[in-house]
Amino acid sequence: MSNTMTGAQALIHALESQGVDIVFGVPGGAILPAYDPLLDSPIRHVLARHEQGAGHMASGYAHATGRVGVMVATSGPGATNLITPLQDCYMDSIPVVAITGQVATHSIGNDAFQEAHTWGISMPATKHNYLVTDAADIPEVVNEAFHLASTGRPGPVLIDLPKDVLAATMNWHDPKEIKLPGYRPSVKGHPLQVKAAIDMILESEQPVLYTGGGVIRAGGAAELRAFAELADLPVVTTLMARGAMPDSHPLCLGMSGMHGSYTATTAIQRSDLLVTIGARFDDRVTGEVKSFAPDAKIIHVDVDPAEIGKVRKADVPIVGDAKAILGQLIEVMEKKLGGKRSPERTDWHEQIAEWQRDYPLKFDQDPEGPIQQQYVISELHRLTGGDAIVVAGVGQHQMWASQFWGFERPNTWINSGGLGTMGYAVPAAVGAKAGKPDEVVFAIDGDGCFQMTMQELITASVEGIPAKIAVMNNGSLGMVKQWQKLFYHERFSATDLTNHTPDYVKLAEAMGCVGIRAERPADVVPALEKALAINDKPVVVDFVCDPDAMVFPMVVAGGSNDDVIMSMTDLPDPAGPQPEDVI
Amino acid sequence: MNHVINVQVENKPGVLARVASMFAGRGFNIHSLAVGPTADPAMSRMTVVVDGPEMEQVIKQLYKLVHTVKVTELTPGQGIEREIMMVRVNAEADKRAEILEAAAIFKAKTVDVGLATLTFELAGDPGALADFLELMRPYGIVDLAKSGRVAISRDIKTNGKKGRLRSA
Repeated sequence: MSNTMTGAQALIHALESQGVDIVFGVPGGAILPAYDPLLDSPIRHVLARHEQGAGHMASGYAHATGRVGVMVATSGPGATNLITPLQDCYMDSIPVVAITGQVATHSIGNDAFQEAHTWGISMPATKHNYLVTDAADIPEVVNEAFHLASTGRPGPVLIDLPKDVLAATMNWHDPKEIKLPGYRPSVKGHPLQVKAAIDMILESEQPVLYTGGGVIRAGGAAELRAFAELADLPVVTTLMARGAMPDSHPLCLGMSGMHGSYTATTAIQRSDLLVTIGARFDDRVTGEVKSFAPDAKIIHVDVDPAEIGKVRKADVPIVGDAKAILGQLIEVMEKKLGGKRSPERTDWHEQIAEWQRDYPLKFDQDPEGPIQQQYVISELHRLTGGDAIVVAGVGQHQMWASQFWGFERPNTWINSGGLGTMGYAVPAAVGAKAGKPDEVVFAIDGDGCFQMTMQELITASVEGIPAKIAVMNNGSLGMVKQWQKLFYHERFSATDLTNHTPDYVKLAEAMGCVGIRAERPADVVPALEKALAINDKPVVVDFVCDPDAMVFPMVVAGGSNDDVIMSMTDLPDPAGPQPEDVI
Repeated sequence: MNHVINVQVENKPGVLARVASMFAGRGFNIHSLAVGPTADPAMSRMTVVVDGPEMEQVIKQLYKLVHTVKVTELTPGQGIEREIMMVRVNAEADKRAEILEAAAIFKAKTVDVGLATLTFELAGDPGALADFLELMRPYGIVDLAKSGRVAISRDIKTNGKKGRLRSA
């Protein structure tokens, strides 16, 4: 076979060589040459209805499978529509590669039709990006892009390909060895630091393992559990780490922070040692930084050295891969213990158990009242036995899903954490279901989120990707409304969506999905059972929910984690934080 | 407080934009920036003078850029720093002699002579440049062009013992 091919053929060949089985995209003028050889490739192309949808699909796919997700778009508006998903993946360290068309090299800079300075626009939203000017570079660029996306701290990489480069002829060659003198991510942690960490853990009386998405990205859930058990450490799983430790495990305290459980937030607050693994002291976790875990020493394990010391100074910094370092911690701890049990911290465990007894996460479902979202989530968990991939948008429903879904394994919780991208759930669920067709993929979405990206349900039904969506229809932008209630004297500016327009059932049917509605608590279980029984079509269940429900516990933005608000009755006084103080 | 940071980067298209964009995005303040080739054609050196209390995050964020190979902060006294400037000052006939005398003390080169101005070139330690500028200010500075700072570390070689210079 001749090695002569077009740049476009080389691109598709390079993607095949990386083991890509599916790409999500929308074609257009500049990327057209790449779509032609795609017809002859085993790679499946899922035609999204909007490039942002394609991007979140790639992200959902990467979340669910752990493999690199691929999104494709044309130049100009196609590329700019990918910026939100790219930034989303950047914030949450999701490995994706974006392929964008670009106007021909001789037109670049001339304000050509559908031209945008994609390389410049995407630079701060990607881990790295490329503008390819010679088709002969394609094998190396694609190989490097996948390497960068999937190693070290994973993240998005964009490859911008001018139309003439895609059309040009080149001789295929296998990519040369990757030469990146400035990119050498650490894997193993420094042995002396690991030893220092173990000594500190053995001395501590009130330690907490504070874990982040890095544990899941590294595939370190099994090691996390083994280490927590060995060292007898209570584990907090932040929003991005839900599922890294089974919620049913006695050592697991769940999510901490702004809407975390009282126990998780307070255990961190009172700890004398935070064993931080793959977490980044996000403001939603810390609240006011200077009063965050004031007596805790910090061990900080992260693959990205820039995270260490960024927010909170580390006493023992360890740079490297979370899985590898957890392995090292286990090894050194076992050696130190020499078969003995780790020190008993009876008082600490009793204290934690007391908090759990006194301040559980709870909700009340009045059988005659409006549907509570927590009830829907709890019943869905019961009916599936928790055996599903849960995808969320951003807002109240997301917080309740994180609080009330008992996660038992990693990669089963997909949401937009860092960027907080409303509209994430529908396309991410489609991507997750495409990557994991044998799993139940259920999106728990808000009505505000749903209306941002719901057209991707057309993609789902046309492409035969039967994801399920629960629309938590409270007729408002619920979280924003909650803040207006708390901090803007109940002046509800622009948060009313109404819960009757659109008609979500008819809308679902129009998009080729099954539409179901639940208006009363008694409807919830039958609606969920019906949704779970349908496996050949996407399903949308419209749950008409309580419009006034609020998410608790809550720590006011910028407030101290010592002040966990458990309900409306212990709200801060009106002279407390003012709107201009909170983000 | 100003810090001098040398950044060795791969000589790739757009690398300056990446560094500048990172500084802007992270809210770091660039006081001056100079870029040029190094002895190795595959590498470029940027000398960045950064205004800020503490450089740990600046250095770590620079390292996060894929094309950054090495970052060094030159602590005061450890590096040799140079700038070049050209300054045009008002120089009426009655002031010319004293202006030229001051310039001579600073070893500033006269590079242009006009009917009512003199233009000097001065390269050297940034402190000396600032002093010369202050000296010229009363006469009236008409125009000023100043380079970014460039810096290189001192080649201090110890002979096994700390702090002892190897005899030449």
